[in-house]
Amino acid sequence: MQLMSLFPEWILTHGSASLVVVPLMLAVLTALNPSAKIAWATVLAVTALCVFTSLGLLLQVISHGPIHYNMGGWQPPLGIGYYVDSLNAPILLLISVVAFLCTIYALPSVAAEVEPKKKGPFYAAFLISFAGLLGMVITADAFNVFVFLEVSSISTYVLVGMGASRDRRALTSSFNYLIMGSIGATFFVIGIGFLYMQTGTLNMMDIARVLQDIGPNDRVVQLAFAFIVIGLGLKLAMFPLHMWLPGAYAYAPSFFTAFLAATATKAALYLLLRFTFTVFDPSWDFVATALMILLAGLGILGMLASSLQAIFQNDLRRVLAYSSVAQVGYMLLGIGMATTLGLTAGYLHMINHAMMKGALFIAAGAFWYRFGITQVSDMRGLGKTMPWTMAGFTTAGIALIGVPGTAGFVSKLTLVRAAAENGWWWAIGVIVVTSILAIIYIGRIIEQAYFHPVPEINGKPVARNEAPYTMLIPLWIMALASVAFGINAEWTTSLAEAAAHVLDAGPNTVIPGAHDVMPVVPTVTGGH
Amino acid sequence: MIDFLTSFSPAFILIAAGVISAFMPSSRVRKVLLIASPALALVLINVIFYGQDANAFLGGKVSFAGIELTTMRIDILSIIWGYIFCLAGVLNGIFGLHEKCKITDTSALIYTGAGIGAVFAGDLITLFMFWELLALSSVFIVWRGGPKSYPAGMRYLAMHILSGVLLLAGLIIYGRATGGYAFNNIGIDAPGGKLMLLAFGIKAGFPLLHNWIQDAYPRSSVTGTVILSVFTTKLAIYALMRGFAGTEILIYIGAVMTVFPVFFAVLENDLRKVLSYSLNNQLGFMVCGIGIGSQLALNGVAAHVVVDILFKGLLFMSMGAVLHRVGTTKASELGGLFRSMPYTTLFCLVGAAAISAVPFFGGFVSKSMIIAAVFEEHHWVVFLMLLFASAGVLEHSGIKVPYFAFFAHDSGKRVKEAPWNMLAAMGIAAFLCIYLAMPGPFGGMQYLYGLLPSEVAGAAAFNPYTGDHMVFQMQIIMAAMFAFTLLKRIGLYPPERRAQILDSDWVYRRLGLSLLQWGSAMWTRLGAVITYALRGMFGNISKRLYQVFSPAGAFSQDAPSGISAVLIAGMLAAALFIVYFL
Repeated sequence: MQLMSLFPEWILTHGSASLVVVPLMLAVLTALNPSAKIAWATVLAVTALCVFTSLGLLLQVISHGPIHYNMGGWQPPLGIGYYVDSLNAPILLLISVVAFLCTIYALPSVAAEVEPKKKGPFYAAFLISFAGLLGMVITADAFNVFVFLEVSSISTYVLVGMGASRDRRALTSSFNYLIMGSIGATFFVIGIGFLYMQTGTLNMMDIARVLQDIGPNDRVVQLAFAFIVIGLGLKLAMFPLHMWLPGAYAYAPSFFTAFLAATATKAALYLLLRFTFTVFDPSWDFVATALMILLAGLGILGMLASSLQAIFQNDLRRVLAYSSVAQVGYMLLGIGMATTLGLTAGYLHMINHAMMKGALFIAAGAFWYRFGITQVSDMRGLGKTMPWTMAGFTTAGIALIGVPGTAGFVSKLTLVRAAAENGWWWAIGVIVVTSILAIIYIGRIIEQAYFHPVPEINGKPVARNEAPYTMLIPLWIMALASVAFGINAEWTTSLAEAAAHVLDAGPNTVIPGAHDVMPVVPTVTGGH
Repeated sequence: MIDFLTSFSPAFILIAAGVISAFMPSSRVRKVLLIASPALALVLINVIFYGQDANAFLGGKVSFAGIELTTMRIDILSIIWGYIFCLAGVLNGIFGLHEKCKITDTSALIYTGAGIGAVFAGDLITLFMFWELLALSSVFIVWRGGPKSYPAGMRYLAMHILSGVLLLAGLIIYGRATGGYAFNNIGIDAPGGKLMLLAFGIKAGFPLLHNWIQDAYPRSSVTGTVILSVFTTKLAIYALMRGFAGTEILIYIGAVMTVFPVFFAVLENDLRKVLSYSLNNQLGFMVCGIGIGSQLALNGVAAHVVVDILFKGLLFMSMGAVLHRVGTTKASELGGLFRSMPYTTLFCLVGAAAISAVPFFGGFVSKSMIIAAVFEEHHWVVFLMLLFASAGVLEHSGIKVPYFAFFAHDSGKRVKEAPWNMLAAMGIAAFLCIYLAMPGPFGGMQYLYGLLPSEVAGAAAFNPYTGDHMVFQMQIIMAAMFAFTLLKRIGLYPPERRAQILDSDWVYRRLGLSLLQWGSAMWTRLGAVITYALRGMFGNISKRLYQVFSPAGAFSQDAPSGISAVLIAGMLAAALFIVYFL
């Protein structure tokens, strides 16, 4: 590989570990740092490094196949193993890229929204949350997943609560999220506990291997499955377990909302995929039924109900938040079909939605930054007063609706094709109806911005006041990406297809040991 | 250079020009783009088509999500639409030369481009993409009409998105059943065929699906209405002709389409709305011809599309000029304008003569082909309906529009003649309306007929200028004029006055809205009742949870954490039930 030669050796050998360890270590330094500027620069450097590392890992996975990494050199199932394959490598890259872009945006946004004294700790908490998300995605140890889930969640509660200097309601939202998130995490760990009880191991591949011997008719395994699905369902805002989400998205600091909306639910959704398809066996009756009724069924309900809720909201971020719940419904619908095409569609929508929602929330933060606007009814004339920001918002909004030529269209078309392949015509009907609802809730905002006169102060129209470049650049990168992935969908589609093939293959029971070293990559072991 | 320009569909030139004009502050440069890019596209179509020998040129292939798309198919059918769309684009550009509006310029370019792109689409997916772009770009033109046009634009958009969605559903079913997405004859019995027919039908203004035309078109701006009247409906005619030629039900749909707008048009007071109804009526002739599906009928439809775009554009332009100068097109407020706007009057009369199919004017050479085809196929009832509709057209577009605007009782309004650019655009359209109908070596009829798709037993053999044709047509004209004069004399003609006319769009604009409001009120109440009931049920449990989680009691009882927690437990129970028992 030509590209691979650009990456230094250590990334290819120890990249998996450094992806989690570096942000965690630097979080401590950042917390102690008195200067907000230096803290910001640290975060920027760390996220840039993670983008670089995760890109290296993705290329390595594409060219050489899955990467096994044993923490501290301990062999799984005793030690903790990290595992990167085509299913999680794109998500690692996605999280890193979004974090990097959001960090650029953080400079003006955090300066305006967070109390000066708390900026250092704020950035530190962000790094911890970021590391937690990466850890959740990369680890192959079920209990380790729980640890990282809590690491990222607890820092997230703190970060949401820090929005209080902008809006006091952030505190209740954060508390609400804390309660629900804790219940979700508890359910998840209870599920892991049951699995451990039956299988006696915590390594995911090892669990999968033992589960194959136990078979589908074990009540405890079924119980564990239900706990894990509901626990993760809470984290990924599966309707009707999404109640924490609108408040958290609406009142968290703008920068963190953008990051959260684009990544957090995706990481949880990845775990759901990992557990249902590669730890449990999708060909088992109870898993198949749960996929169809629970995921696809609730996905459909969520698409309809949340799109309707989005229409009646007046708070811009709440509109976008409810729309997020609806979009998660699309992904769940695709996953619930459990066909290759359906999984491809769900995964593709996950990538595309991250770009679109990231751009939308960044723009929403910029509106607040310049004019203090949070309500849709206050957005009159923004097309004139903040033309570039509003144009970016409109571009991403059009992609969210799924207009042909944008990323949203590609993933929705794939989803429609998958539904047609399954003969689920009613699902196509729902996709169509919710797309029309999306036109209404996005169109309403665009209409306010472009077709109403600029408001007047003391008889003079408000002057043009564009967002700073540090906001415009990440906004436009994401907005253009959501168009570019629509015009040339080859790259994203191939990533999604590769992920779908991993899931299609069923339970992954290959445990890397001393005896089954991957033929191409040298066995990678860390830190002797 | 020329190789590069011919390597993709000319539509993209217009769309690119539209994107440039969106960022172009200078109105002059935008106007140059507005006129030059359709003209360039016109040239390119010629270069591409005549630069090769085959009957059809397939190009601009791209691969999209694993499907091979043909974005450019120029053959003897689509090229007619390509020519007339480009020509109309140039005329619209000239007509709107005085107007300084970035949104109209940009969307007009993209709209025109989308129309051309859709006509040249070689497969259903490309068609769908341009189909949607057409709807999205044109709604901005509707919205330029002022505050009242906003809800109309929304209704317009809803109908067109619905049409796009139906098309998408139809094409997916069709593609899966047949294994390909090529856009050729589909037929109503093909899988997904009915859905696609319905999608085309919405855009073509089938009866009861037609309201968006009369709803949105008259509410747009002076230039907006002229631009809108060209592309959307004619594209639908093209799609019907390509996909559903010879489908019998279209004969009857078309016949109904020709007849019923007549009544509305006679009653209507807003002259631009009258023209919108008459647009619908002309589309009826075309749909009927497509239903017949014989060579003669299809040739008639193609010819009628060409002249219809010219004369209907001309009539809308003349009413646009009136609106521009007087500020209204209400029949009750106009009259006697021929004194101050003589050239506009003259051009309007040419358009009126052309739409009425007076011999030696545009409509005559094309409409008589369709009617002759109906006659040949022995559809007597349909034939009579078309005759009635022809008389009706004459009545409302041929006589009513010019009469009430330019003659009738003098309204006392003395305004300036229309601006030179409007006169130029109208002049060119009027010239073409006459030129294309003129037989003989100096006339243009041979060129029009030479363009028609099937030469077999069609164009060359058909001659509209036979004695019986002429006499027959003159009889209809005389009878209609006589009826108008008589009714006017004895005072039975519906007087021009401001009134609401109840069309079937009442169903969704009033009844539907009321139902929705009622439903929403009921929904709110139901929600309140359920919340109340839930609160009662979970009250005790949630109170305890509050005591656990919020010792300070900082949260009011409305805080949802407790109820959510119960809900999570419920979800777990549901999941367990599914896993255990299903």
